[in-house]
Amino acid sequence: MDSERSDRAGARRKKMPTAIKVLIAGGFGAGKTTMVGAVSETKPLRTEETLTDQGVGIDDLSGVEAKDTTTVAMDFGRITISDEYVLYLFGTPGQQRFWFVWDELSLGALGAVVLADTRRLADCFPSVDYFERRGTPFVVAVNCFDGARRYDPEEVRLALKVPDTVPVMLCDARERASGKQVLITLVEHAMAMNTAKRAVAG
Amino acid sequence: MSPEELPEDERWVDEEAGPIVRPYVMTYGRTQPSRGKLDLISLVVSIRRPPAAEAGLHPEHIQIIRICREPMSVAEIAGHLDLPAGIVRVLIGDLLDRGYVEVQEPPAPQVNLHDERLYKAVLDGLRAL
Repeated sequence: MDSERSDRAGARRKKMPTAIKVLIAGGFGAGKTTMVGAVSETKPLRTEETLTDQGVGIDDLSGVEAKDTTTVAMDFGRITISDEYVLYLFGTPGQQRFWFVWDELSLGALGAVVLADTRRLADCFPSVDYFERRGTPFVVAVNCFDGARRYDPEEVRLALKVPDTVPVMLCDARERASGKQVLITLVEHAMAMNTAKRAVAG
Repeated sequence: MSPEELPEDERWVDEEAGPIVRPYVMTYGRTQPSRGKLDLISLVVSIRRPPAAEAGLHPEHIQIIRICREPMSVAEIAGHLDLPAGIVRVLIGDLLDRGYVEVQEPPAPQVNLHDERLYKAVLDGLRAL
């Protein structure tokens, strides 16, 4: 159906690009929005996604019992790769009660960046667990905040119990070049995982 | 049924209605688009000029037709219009029904994400930034 639609469109105008999404996860205040803003070619936008009651059972907000929807704000940015591909970066809500948002977001995502804040390293445990369980390719980027003690990426790997196959790197979420490097590492990692999967399957 | 026709105790007014209800007036209370699933990264492009006005179309519909001269994702449209993504999905569904826009769904993950060409193209693109 989709190909039929795009064929029809293609006859009249240039082909629509393929949209790819990458998630930026991590605890509250880890720098997700900062990173999205640093690498996005447009001013980062914010959207609200209204979710129906599925999964809201784990929501422990009091006083909203009558409400069967939950609204979650997400920041996102865009990188035009070529005429053929456009990359969308989504800063995902980090709180545990928003996991059901991740289910929708991570479906079809190329991969995820888990931003770690060394001052609150435990905050990114849920993200690491989540992507590990789902088999979503991810890298851990340790955001080096001013004044925070510099960690060795290997120390972080040990603390997070991340396997050797998952890249762990330092970054500065404010710097475009740094964010770009994180994304390159993620895509390389996702590609390697994909190749390995195909080798097993084939 | 207009709000006035509703029995008193079924009416939502002022604060009771909450901030999220107001935009749904634009969708006549609909929460689902008339067709399609419309992912946040589904791309929308206009295929006809926006009408000056058309019965049943809100200014927001016209705005979507205008900003989608170049393909734009559902998330971006929502961001630009400052409306929840759910509302924007319904409005896009209306425009699909009336033949103003076309939508391209993102690649099915199990197909395209196994395409090595995709990874290479993304890597080349990122390196060239």
